[in-house]
Amino acid sequence: MVDKTLELFECGHRACGGCGASSAVRMILKGAGENTIVVSPTGCLEVFSTPYPETAWKVPWIHSLFENASAVASGIEASLKRQGRKEKIIIIGGDGATVDIGMLCLSGAFERNHDITYICYDNEAYMNTGIQRSGATPFDASTTTSPAGSCSMGNKHQKKDVPAILAAHGAPYVATATMAYPTDLMKKVETAVNTPGACYIQVHAPCCTGWGFDGSKTIEVGKLAVETGLWVNYEMMNGIVKKAKKVKRKPVEEYLSVQKRFRHLFKPQKNDAEIAKIQAIADANAEKFGIDL
Amino acid sequence: MKEILEGSHAVAEATRLCRPEVIAAYPITPQTHIVEALAQMVADCRLQSEYICVESEFSALSACLGASAAGSRTYSATTSQGLALMFEVCFNVAGMRLPIVMTIANRAMSAPLSIWNDQQDSIALRDSGWIQLYAEDNQEALDLHILAYRVCEDHDILLPAFVCFDGFILTHTYEPVDMPTQEEVDAYLPAFNPYQRLDAKDPISFGMYATPDYYLEFRYENQRAMLRAKDAISKYGALFGEQFGRDYSGLIEGYKLEDAEIALIAMGSICGTIKDAIDEMRADGKKVGLLKIRCYRPFPDEEIASALSHIKTVAVLDKNISLGSKGAVALEVKDALYGSSIDVYDYILGLGGRDIRKKDIKAIVDLAEKGSGDMFYGLREELL
Ligand SMILES: Cc1ncc(C[n+]2csc(CCOP(=O)(O)OP(=O)(O)O)c2C)c(N)n1
Ligand code: SF4
Ligand SMILES: [Mg+2]
Repeated sequence: MVDKTLELFECGHRACGGCGASSAVRMILKGAGENTIVVSPTGCLEVFSTPYPETAWKVPWIHSLFENASAVASGIEASLKRQGRKEKIIIIGGDGATVDIGMLCLSGAFERNHDITYICYDNEAYMNTGIQRSGATPFDASTTTSPAGSCSMGNKHQKKDVPAILAAHGAPYVATATMAYPTDLMKKVETAVNTPGACYIQVHAPCCTGWGFDGSKTIEVGKLAVETGLWVNYEMMNGIVKKAKKVKRKPVEEYLSVQKRFRHLFKPQKNDAEIAKIQAIADANAEKFGIDL
Repeated sequence: MKEILEGSHAVAEATRLCRPEVIAAYPITPQTHIVEALAQMVADCRLQSEYICVESEFSALSACLGASAAGSRTYSATTSQGLALMFEVCFNVAGMRLPIVMTIANRAMSAPLSIWNDQQDSIALRDSGWIQLYAEDNQEALDLHILAYRVCEDHDILLPAFVCFDGFILTHTYEPVDMPTQEEVDAYLPAFNPYQRLDAKDPISFGMYATPDYYLEFRYENQRAMLRAKDAISKYGALFGEQFGRDYSGLIEGYKLEDAEIALIAMGSICGTIKDAIDEMRADGKKVGLLKIRCYRPFPDEEIASALSHIKTVAVLDKNISLGSKGAVALEVKDALYGSSIDVYDYILGLGGRDIRKKDIKAIVDLAEKGSGDMFYGLREELL
């Protein structure tokens, strides 16, 4: 058991007030503990935590590029093995770095099954560069490269299912979590770092700036994602779903209507047909993971 | 001990003697024999290394970056398209001051696709902050790997290095080489002692971002380290000579240059052909010499200027072209000789593996004597 009272991610960094990712990272390090080396790709987290000569990291940390964190971690793991060292290696990277541009390195590292834990903080777009869409942006979300307009409903595609892709690589432990349920998140991180081989956790990390909600509401927004079934918290052991958090589901509208990225679904008038499509995504999730109470 | 080895195997053996702790590489012609040989050594327990079979060159160098930052001596090898895929990582490694050594089996850049030799690939990375050494033959290729680790890992330097040798011309050619013993290499090259490393007992942050208030100074420090590397290469090159009997104290090397009127300047295997051509031209009474550039980065500008002070005409043989400008070696030679009255002519030749023979060298000397240069040499006019 690691000492959860330790603060290994220091306050005083430059994230927006109410940033879901920064809270997630604080919890992730509580779960991983002091004996950890962190690799981060380029993105909000890297930028807000390490403006030279300041750093928020009280564990060893390295950033190389936007798309190579898994490969860098592979090299670190090989080096530690050679040296007989036992630190845990975790990657904490954004969704763009993970599901889009870093996919090649990610796939390679998981195929080789290095003893690493990859944690994607999923704020569902490229936030650092100004809220452009990524492969993890949800259906119909308006971003600066998938804007809603008179002939657009926002992002045309559904989220890429990277947990399933990595489970198909044979990853021994794959999980989803959200910063809105910190105890669950810490527990999953602890499980992952103590499971030999390449493990993956995708963490829902609401971004008040990019999604358009007040920074005091981050936890509420995070919980609504789970309560509507648009985000499912589950664990997969060796490719089989073991546990999915059950909920008394709320209509997706309750999640969508509190975020400006979905405002076009409600204004100038409510678009029931489009909202129904998103409800169908939640229904399919509920069915697939059996989360309905 | 003298052995007859293929160039790639000579380099693989030299690498083994340097005891890299982590190797990550991806196969590409004509580098393949090196990484295959290293894989076999690991499989046979002749080499105690973590060998990571990565899924791309981009990951190969990224994995080396991570391993080096964690405190291991690392090695990779590539060429051409593979090196181009590493472009972003190359700058990053140099900026993070990680002393990685990588073999470049020089090959042309696509398009059109060509697996044959020129030096466009490493030249394209000249601004990336890697030391660049070029070998004339397999003995030199072997030796330069050992030298490179010694230089790069010096705490006053902390830079990565390419050891470049010509694809096929050297990689696939059998030559006798003098292979040092493990004891000899261990006596020359101490175990890797990282300046800093990722370590949970002493946490530091690597690869932070720098605002305009800091970035310029980081680049300046990189440049200063590059310039210090000149002395380090000389120092460790001389030490190499003392220990192994082959002196590499010069960043450049002259051949019959002292009394020459015309100097040829070149890098890599072509220097062997040039030396033979010079011997024949000398027999005909022509005072021709060679200035071989062994170290292209840092560029030995002062060394070149002083070695050529007595020369009237210089012909630079460039196996590369900075399209829209000139050959990269000629550009820098002209810069080094700026203000002198020496005529410098540039010849772009041998691109994509076009063979260069002794008679071509002689023809180039004739052209330079006539004041005709700054041209592609050996074009097939009927195709144009
Ligand atoms: C090769 C490359 N392409 C593009 C960029 C620009 N870039 C930097 S961060 C970023 C987006 C990061 O998105 P994500 O990984 O989701 O992290 P976030 O900022 O959202 O936390 C982009 C596009 C880059 N640094 N490198
Ligand atoms: S833009 Fe979003 S992810 Fe980035 S620091 Fe602000 S709240 Fe956090
Ligand atoms: Mg993101």
